[in-house]
Amino acid sequence: MIVIGIDIGSVAAKGYIISSGKHHRTIIPTGWSPREAGQAIIDQLLDVSRIERDQVERIYVTGYGRVAFEQADKTITEIKCHARGIAELYPEVRTIIDIGGQDSKVIRIGERGQVLDFAMNDKCAAGTGRFLQVMATALGLDVSELGDAEQPGQMQTISSMCTVFAESEIIGSLARGNPIGGIIAGLHQSVGKRVAAMARRMGIREQVAFTGGVAINQGVKRALEAELGTRIIVPEACQYTGALGAALLALENS
Amino acid sequence: MADYKQMWTDLGMDLEKHDVLCEVLPEAFGGIYLTQQDRPKGMDFYDFVVSEIHGVRPAEMLQHQKEGGKVFGTFCVYVPDEVVFAAGGIAAGLCGGSQFWVSGGEKVLPANTCSLIKASVGARLDKTCPFFLIPDMYVGENTCDGKKKAWEILAGEVPIHIIDIPQMKRERDIAAYEAEIRDFIATVEKVTGNKITAESLGAAIKLINNKRRALQRVYNARKASPVPISGLDALLVTQINFYDDPARAAQMANNLAEELEQRIENGLGVFPDKAVRIMVSGTPMAIPNWKLHHIIESLGAAVVVEESCTGTRYFENLVDESASTLEEQIRALAERYMKTNCACFTPNSARVEDIIRLADEYKVDGIIDTNLQFCNLYSTESHLVKQSMNERNLPFMHIETDYSEQDFEQLRTRVEAFLEILRK
Repeated sequence: MIVIGIDIGSVAAKGYIISSGKHHRTIIPTGWSPREAGQAIIDQLLDVSRIERDQVERIYVTGYGRVAFEQADKTITEIKCHARGIAELYPEVRTIIDIGGQDSKVIRIGERGQVLDFAMNDKCAAGTGRFLQVMATALGLDVSELGDAEQPGQMQTISSMCTVFAESEIIGSLARGNPIGGIIAGLHQSVGKRVAAMARRMGIREQVAFTGGVAINQGVKRALEAELGTRIIVPEACQYTGALGAALLALENS
Repeated sequence: MADYKQMWTDLGMDLEKHDVLCEVLPEAFGGIYLTQQDRPKGMDFYDFVVSEIHGVRPAEMLQHQKEGGKVFGTFCVYVPDEVVFAAGGIAAGLCGGSQFWVSGGEKVLPANTCSLIKASVGARLDKTCPFFLIPDMYVGENTCDGKKKAWEILAGEVPIHIIDIPQMKRERDIAAYEAEIRDFIATVEKVTGNKITAESLGAAIKLINNKRRALQRVYNARKASPVPISGLDALLVTQINFYDDPARAAQMANNLAEELEQRIENGLGVFPDKAVRIMVSGTPMAIPNWKLHHIIESLGAAVVVEESCTGTRYFENLVDESASTLEEQIRALAERYMKTNCACFTPNSARVEDIIRLADEYKVDGIIDTNLQFCNLYSTESHLVKQSMNERNLPFMHIETDYSEQDFEQLRTRVEAFLEILRK
């Protein structure tokens, strides 16, 4: 059976195709149209795996763009998809921290990868990829450069949780001549604190996995580990966990 | 809508701004309400009221004033409407429920004030809502810090009587509330020029009790499975009851209840038998705030009860009608109102007991506890509510939101994931 899982996030769209045990994956920027991004993902997956559209049994779609995508046989929340994806990769994981472009989530899962409970940020960008993106822009960097640019030894703690205030705070910090690497370490710490607080409110059970685009950033991973006092697993393809979960759920027809 | 331009002009409304609101509301109502399937016939009345929302009832209130009557605007379910009606006045719940008014409130209020207060103050200051311009007097209370100070700002606009609601429930607090009712009676008598007697207060107690009984009857019907009315429709009924004429409100709710009872007999519902049943608890949803109900029900789950001021808190518990002297009636009023459980009280464990009882009565599968952003009281209390629900294995989720649409997709994801857990 051939199935496709697509995760249309606010920043990136990810796809997974599973065909008789083999799989391919792809990622593109979502851009302004979630619908077009979803279509591009399907085209790329079919192209790279040399499969025709009518051979695909089912397409499950997740992510915030799922609602706009008519080709979905089913839409599922990214919470359930991340749980399913991680259960496949790391069956021992009981807590997932997922930080994407506009959301951060903490998901507690059971032995079969079922969602037991979850927490998600309220209407606020603090503790999300968006926060880091705004700060990277203020520092004249691309968000992908933050991880390598941090200098934890020169940490400049920022006190504002609010994206708007934090932005002026780091501009002030730069003006005082503080090292940019230390400011970045402070930003990572801020995200770590915010998300760790949410995780602690729900209760942390080991092992802990970290998924979503922000998981690529080693600085945020380090900050989360420091805050939670536990080692955190980051899957090699951390951005694809939701798409993988969607594909697996499509395979299981659940 | 009939032409109310002259009436609005006479009220000193900002017609240009008001036109913008008049344009968006029918669209929102149409999209959320009129797309629902199999709505009860009894909802036609409420649809009509919405279609004439700033016309038909304001016109009645103005007519009442023309005949020498007075109108009191209220903002809280702890304000005893009975007193106003006993003096031949009209009491109308005014809380603002639209994002449209929020920016007007933000001109004078701090950013970290809830949408309900911002919208209420904005509706008055921007002169875009007739209900806020008609009253001869506002009745405020001290149920939260935001409201307490907002009254001081609104006092520059309109006379305000403040009721000091006790925040604990000891005997001396109930006695204190009795004294507040006496003060309120004195004010209302002065404003209306009418003396309140045991006879008139007794009649007003019956009048408001009848409205409560009718709403209880509508809510009772929601205990059935399949549920005969959507949560959205039931919420609208309660919202409109806040300002409609109480006798008509009771009659319309009774008509609706009768139809719902017939539906139950015939096994008719607006959701499938197996639909997930949700309780929404927390802060009030003033008209036209239908956001959370719309999200939940568009995902196929039914809201079957609201533990909120725009829900059970509004009509649970009746005032003892056997009280015959003013003294006894005031005591009976105090006892009834002090049974209501709001997060402004401490401790407020009776609210948690209410939620547990309602979860059982309405056979709910999950509870979504919600508060308007910056409502410190309900937001803090949600921790204790969650604890109690976890202990009883009642699935629970807390949502903080406001009137804006910005978090719509995020909320949809959260509610959908919650339903995925419940449907497993």
